[in-house]
Amino acid sequence: MSQSTNPFTQFQTDADRVTADDDRRRFLRTSLRGYQSTRTATQNRFLDYESARIAASDAKWEAIENLDIYLAQFADKLEARGATVHWCNDSEEARNAILEIIKKHDAKSVIKSKCMTTEEIHLNQLLEKEGFEVVESDLGEFIVQLRDEAPYHFVFPAMHLKKEEINTLFQEKLKSINTNDPEELTMVAREVLRQKYLSADIGISGANFGVAETGMISITENEGNARLTTALPKVHISLMGIEKIIPRLEDLALLLPILATAGTGQHLTCYNSQLGGPRQEDESDGPIEMHVVLLDNHRTRLLADPEQRDALRCIRCGACLNVCPIFKNVGGHTYGTTYQGPIGSVITPHLRGLKDWKHLSHSSSLCGACTETCPVKIDLHHHLLRNRRNAAGKGQGGIAERLLMLGFTVVMRRPWLYRLAGSLGKVGHVLTKPIHGTRIDPFYAWKKTRDLDDPAKQSFRQYWRARK
Amino acid sequence: MVNVLERLGHQVDYPEGQTCCGQPAFNSGYFPEAKKVADHFLKTFADADLIAVPSGSCTAMIRKFYPELYQDSPQSEVVSELSGRVFEFTELLVNHLDVTDVGAKLEGTATYHDGCHGLRELGIQDAPRKLLENVQGLTLVEMDEAQSCCGFGGTFAIKFPQISTAMTQVKLGSAAQTEADYLISGDPSCLMQIGGYFSREKSPIQCLHIAEVLDQQ
Ligand code: SF4
Repeated sequence: MSQSTNPFTQFQTDADRVTADDDRRRFLRTSLRGYQSTRTATQNRFLDYESARIAASDAKWEAIENLDIYLAQFADKLEARGATVHWCNDSEEARNAILEIIKKHDAKSVIKSKCMTTEEIHLNQLLEKEGFEVVESDLGEFIVQLRDEAPYHFVFPAMHLKKEEINTLFQEKLKSINTNDPEELTMVAREVLRQKYLSADIGISGANFGVAETGMISITENEGNARLTTALPKVHISLMGIEKIIPRLEDLALLLPILATAGTGQHLTCYNSQLGGPRQEDESDGPIEMHVVLLDNHRTRLLADPEQRDALRCIRCGACLNVCPIFKNVGGHTYGTTYQGPIGSVITPHLRGLKDWKHLSHSSSLCGACTETCPVKIDLHHHLLRNRRNAAGKGQGGIAERLLMLGFTVVMRRPWLYRLAGSLGKVGHVLTKPIHGTRIDPFYAWKKTRDLDDPAKQSFRQYWRARK
Repeated sequence: MVNVLERLGHQVDYPEGQTCCGQPAFNSGYFPEAKKVADHFLKTFADADLIAVPSGSCTAMIRKFYPELYQDSPQSEVVSELSGRVFEFTELLVNHLDVTDVGAKLEGTATYHDGCHGLRELGIQDAPRKLLENVQGLTLVEMDEAQSCCGFGGTFAIKFPQISTAMTQVKLGSAAQTEADYLISGDPSCLMQIGGYFSREKSPIQCLHIAEVLDQQ
């Protein structure tokens, strides 16, 4: 991923590279196919999955529509049990808040469990620059960290790597034994991580949900690493986007299984923890301090958009990526965003600016597979269309495109012009024959990989007249 | 389509003033421009009892997206009334006219590709299959991921040709696995994409519109 070039050029260049890599694409397809069949099987074990989706999206919707109330309730409850809540408008405020806590405790090393929001605010880079040791404890995150890469997929960060590649990486960076066995590779990572848990002064986690009713964060995971991250170090910091709020504890009874089903095809993930504060007086373990850092970072901008605010219902299950034909063919890094796939294409223009990120909304065939699969029923592919409309309305499509659309309107409103254009097209087709297939062929972008039929000798209208 | 409908005893008219439904502009985000083209469509088809469209995509534009374009406009009622009279060809036959056998014949094996708009915006899935199952001599085999996008997507196919083509490459793989003679679809634009790629890759699979198949006697 080349970060320095502009996002559109970077997207196109990376898409060129990945689409040409048949082997990697096949590998992605095969892993996602496995996911898809387990997910379908799990889905079918719901009495009525469709109703479950509706109920899940209603619960999230209620929280989003009353975010101010639920956030305040959440923070009050947490603080009543001794946690500190930090309200941060943007990445910089969140980074500073976290840095300050770490410095106050004179910490040297930080252990992290999976948290995409820290990717969003580029926390690791800052902490490393400040001289702290930062270790990712989620296996996938640990792997991409060793490779100095961003997560490939916000649920499966290292899904693009084959076990052989992980073997090579571990041998190189961890001086590990030569093995392609996934279990042995996991043990290698565990061995390294165990030491880190014990020596870390600070544990940083994310949160999948913030329960307003009880003032608890809920963390979903499969490796147990988040439990260790949040329990062993003396200070626990959780960074969460403000949209993670849910109204009631009992909402988890639906949201946890639906997140697992849509996310990994499991009935429930192996571990789900609810944390409501630091170690209490009558408790023997847990962190001495707990901080919850609430991040806006333009989420309120999305909240202010009545058409697209349902995107804040997202539970980051990743299902929309897993079914997306664009994701499957360009892979995660190509997006150049923290959140990849359809949901990333929808929200990134709101979080980071439409002008630079509108291409993600254009890079879609609008097939709707994402919307069909989203467990909280976000109108994903229509939002891509709305982003396109917003960009065109702001003149971001450029003069040439505007003229083209103007021409299109002029012709399509006048049947005689439409017919004339048809005839001219046929003449043009004959006249441009010498350049067909070359780079200056107006249809080059199409014809480079696809044939195009010659225009029909007879238009349907001519046929119709002759038929009568 | 005209032949089939006439054979079934319906009177078909072709308003010669018709052009386009406006979807290319709409999908590019140019809603006001699309609306101007839609105005023309509304005028041209104002008197039709039923409008038969040989494309799920154009049908979706008219039925699902026109109402959005005309939201809060004085024509919104006219539009919602008209959108109730628009049918994609196969849903018209099966769901509206109750016909599943049109007496067509075609020898060979075929696989059906669902166009995304027809499938996900309109929910058309069984109608084309029912019709094809009743074509004499034709065996229908489902391909892997018949419902995944062919890669066309309008301007997407031109703006991101590499991704668009990669998607069709996957489609060719699934279609080839079935060893079908024909790939049939209800959407001319999918067929342009799939057919264009298949022919470039010298695939022996012939791409046909479902109306062409139902017209075979
Ligand atoms: S948009 Fe929907 S499918 Fe995609 S990650 Fe969010 S919740 Fe999951």
